[in-house]
Amino acid sequence: MATSFSSATIPLHGSQENRLLLPPIRLAPSSSSFLGSTRSLTIPSSRRLYHAHAARRSPVVGVQEVVKDKKITNTLLITKEEGLVLYEDMILGRSFEDMCAQMYYRGKMFGFVHLYNGQEAVSTGFIKLLTQSDSVVSTYRDHVHALSKGVSARAVMSELFGKVTGCCRGQGGSMHMFSKEHNVLGGFAFIGEGIPVATGAAFTSKYKREVLKQDCEDVTIAFFGDGTCNNGQFYECLNMAALYKLPIIFVVENNLWAIGMSHLRSTSDPEIWKKGPAFGMPGVHVDGMDVLKVREVAKEAVTRARRGEGPTLVECETYRFRGHSLADPDELRDAAEKAKYAARDPITALKKYLVENKLANEAELKSIEKKIDELVEEAVEFADASPQPGRSQLLENVFADPKGFGIGPDGRYRCEDPKFTEGTAQV
Amino acid sequence: MWGIVRQRAVDGGFSASSLRRTRSALVSARSYAAGSKEMTVRDALNSAIDEEMSADPKVFVMGEEVGQYQGAYKITKGLLEKYGPERVYDTPITEAGFTGIGVGAAYAGLKPVVEFMTFNFSMQAIDHIINSAAKSNYMSAGQINVPIVFRGPNGAAAGVGAQHSQCYAAWYASVPGLKVLAPYSAEDARGLLKAAIRDPDPVVFLENELLYGESFPISEEALDSSFCLPIGKAKIEREGKDVTIITFSKMVGFALKAAEKLAEEGISAEVINLRSIRPLDRATINASVRKTSRLVTVEEGFPQHGVCAEICASVVEESFSYLDAPVERIAGADVPMPYAANLERLALPQVEDIVRAAKRACFRSK
Repeated sequence: MATSFSSATIPLHGSQENRLLLPPIRLAPSSSSFLGSTRSLTIPSSRRLYHAHAARRSPVVGVQEVVKDKKITNTLLITKEEGLVLYEDMILGRSFEDMCAQMYYRGKMFGFVHLYNGQEAVSTGFIKLLTQSDSVVSTYRDHVHALSKGVSARAVMSELFGKVTGCCRGQGGSMHMFSKEHNVLGGFAFIGEGIPVATGAAFTSKYKREVLKQDCEDVTIAFFGDGTCNNGQFYECLNMAALYKLPIIFVVENNLWAIGMSHLRSTSDPEIWKKGPAFGMPGVHVDGMDVLKVREVAKEAVTRARRGEGPTLVECETYRFRGHSLADPDELRDAAEKAKYAARDPITALKKYLVENKLANEAELKSIEKKIDELVEEAVEFADASPQPGRSQLLENVFADPKGFGIGPDGRYRCEDPKFTEGTAQV
Repeated sequence: MWGIVRQRAVDGGFSASSLRRTRSALVSARSYAAGSKEMTVRDALNSAIDEEMSADPKVFVMGEEVGQYQGAYKITKGLLEKYGPERVYDTPITEAGFTGIGVGAAYAGLKPVVEFMTFNFSMQAIDHIINSAAKSNYMSAGQINVPIVFRGPNGAAAGVGAQHSQCYAAWYASVPGLKVLAPYSAEDARGLLKAAIRDPDPVVFLENELLYGESFPISEEALDSSFCLPIGKAKIEREGKDVTIITFSKMVGFALKAAEKLAEEGISAEVINLRSIRPLDRATINASVRKTSRLVTVEEGFPQHGVCAEICASVVEESFSYLDAPVERIAGADVPMPYAANLERLALPQVEDIVRAAKRACFRSK
C-alpha cells in the first residue's frame, strides 16, 4: 500500500512541539519529516498545517496513515544512547521469553505461559517513551510489557516460578503481572478486559487534572491483540475514550492469529486501524516489526494524549514466532508465513540499522547481549533460590480491609485472631 | 450541634423532658416533622452519596441516567446540579465499558460509585466486577486495591418480568474479594452506603426498588454526616425466644409482619436483618439459633445455592446439637419470574409462608 495522508488530517505532528513531554528521552534532532509521508514537512509548514486544520477540524474526522515503506532520510531517527536502550530492551524481552520456554519444559514454570517472541518492537517502541507514572495495561502476554516498563527480570521470573519474591508474591502468575511502583496495571486473562481498565486509568488522569486540580499528564497505553478487536468492550471503550477525550493509546498487536483463528477468517473488515476514525479518533497502521517506525508513531500518539487531544488507535502489524502459548502445538500456521516474518525479526533489523548507520559496532551489541544473558541467568538462579509463599499468605490480601472476612464466633473480627493470619484458623 | 445540646444538659442540669423538648424544637427548627424523624430509603441513599461526595473529592458517580434524568429511580437526584458533570457522569449504555472504566479509575486511586439501573444489567459487566475488581487485590498481592461501589436495585419489583427480577445476592456473595451489602431500613441504607463508599475494597450494594419509597424512623445519630454502620454485623430487629427468622432486604419487613402474627399465637420470633451477605455474620446467626433452637431463613432469590442454603449449612455445621427442629428455608419459586400478578405473588415468599414455616419449626419437636 502506498503511503498516503488523507487531506483532512488531524495532524499528529508533535515531534517538534513536545516541549515538556518526554523528559527521560532525548529526542533526536531530526527534521520533522514524518515517517512514510510522501511530503517532507519542514517545521513552519507543519505548524501552518496544524493551525489550518485546527480551524476547520471536524470532530469526527480521523487520520488514516499507512507507515510501511519508509525511506530512511539522511537524518537519523535515534541517537546512539537511544538506540542502545532500545536494543537492550528488545534483547531482554527475547532472552527472557526464551528462558521462560526452557524453564517451562523443565517443569519450573507451569500453567498458562504466553510468550512474546517476535513482537518486541511494539513493546519497546511504545513503552520506552513513557515515564514511571504513565500506566500500561496488557493481556496475558504481558511479561515483556512488564519488563519494558521497568519491573525487574528477577521479580518477573520469580512470579512465574510462583515464589514469594515475585512481583505479586506468586499470587498472580504469568497472566497477572501487576506493579504499583511501575504502574503496570495488569495482566488480564480475559481478552478485552484490560481495555476498559486502561480507559479508567486514563479517565483518572483527566479527573485529577480537571477536578482535583493536580498536575497530571499521565497517559495510559492499552495493549491487546487482533482477536480482541471483535469484542464488544473494545468498541465501548473506543466510544467513551473519544467521547471524554481521554489520554489513552489503544495499541493493537495484530499478529494475525488468535490461538488458531486467523484474523482474516474472523473479522468482517480486517483493517483494524479503520475503526478509529469511525469513533472520532485517528487510526494509524504501522509496521510492528520495525521498532523505529513504531517509535515514531508512538511519539506522535503519546504527545497527542499528553496535550489533551484524546485517544489514538494504533494497529501494529506484527507476528509471534512461537505458538499462542507453550501448550499450543502451532499446527495451523503456514511455515512459509513464519519464515517470512522470521526474516523481518525486529532485533536483527535494529542491529542492522545501528551498525549500518555507525551508531554502534558489533562488539558493543555483543556486550549488551552478554550482559542480558547474565541478567536472565541470574534471575533464574534468584527465582530458584527463593522460597515458596508461606501458608499464611493464602488468606492475605483478599481484602484491603481484612475486616471483610467478617466476625468470628467469639464476636471479634476474624482478622484479629492471630491463628487466622497464621493460616491455621478455620475460615 | 447535638453534642452542644448534650453538653448544656450536663452543665445546666436540664431534665430529660426538657431535653426532649429542646430536641423536638431543634428538629422542627430544621423543618422536620415534630416527633421522631422519618426518612425514605431513597432520601437516605441520596443523602449518603451527597455527603460522601462532599467529604471526598475523589468520589464520583457514574451510571445510566444518573445525571440529567436525576437517576432512573431518583436516587442521585440533585447531584448533577450540586457537583457538576465532572463528578456525575451519564454514561452511554455500555455496562461492560463503564464498569471497567470505574474499576480502572479505582485502580488509579479514585473512588467510583457505579450505578446499575438494576442488577440484572450487571450481568453484562460481571466480568469486571469479579475478575478485575474482586480478584485484583489478591492477584497483585496487595499492591492494587479497588475502592469501588457497585450499587443498584436488586431482586423482584412489581410485574417487571423474568429478565428484570433476579436476585443476585447469592452469586456475588460467593466470590472472595467482594463485600456484599443489603440494606433494609433508611438507617441501614445510609450507614451501609457510607461505609461502602469509604471502604477500600469492592462493595456490591444491593438495594430494593420497592423499598425506595418506604419511610422509616431515623435517629439523629444516623443523620450525622459521619454516621457509618460496620460491615459484617447483622442487626437483631426484634428479639424473641422461640424461633429465629433470618433474612435481608425487603423480606425483613415481611418477617417483622410475620413475627407480629406469630406473637398473636404465642410464638415469640426473633427477626435478624443480615445487612451484610458477605461477610456473613455467622456469630450472630448461630448465637440466635442457639438461643431459640429453631431456624427459618427467608430470601427472594432462587432456592438452589441461595443465601439461605449457606445460612442453613452454617447453622447445621456449628449449632447442630442446639437445633430442635430441621432448618426451614423459604425462597422464591424455582422458576423465572412470571409476569401475571397472581403468579408473581405465588413465586415470591409472602408473610403467610413465613408464618407457616415458623409454626412448622415450632411444633415439630412435639
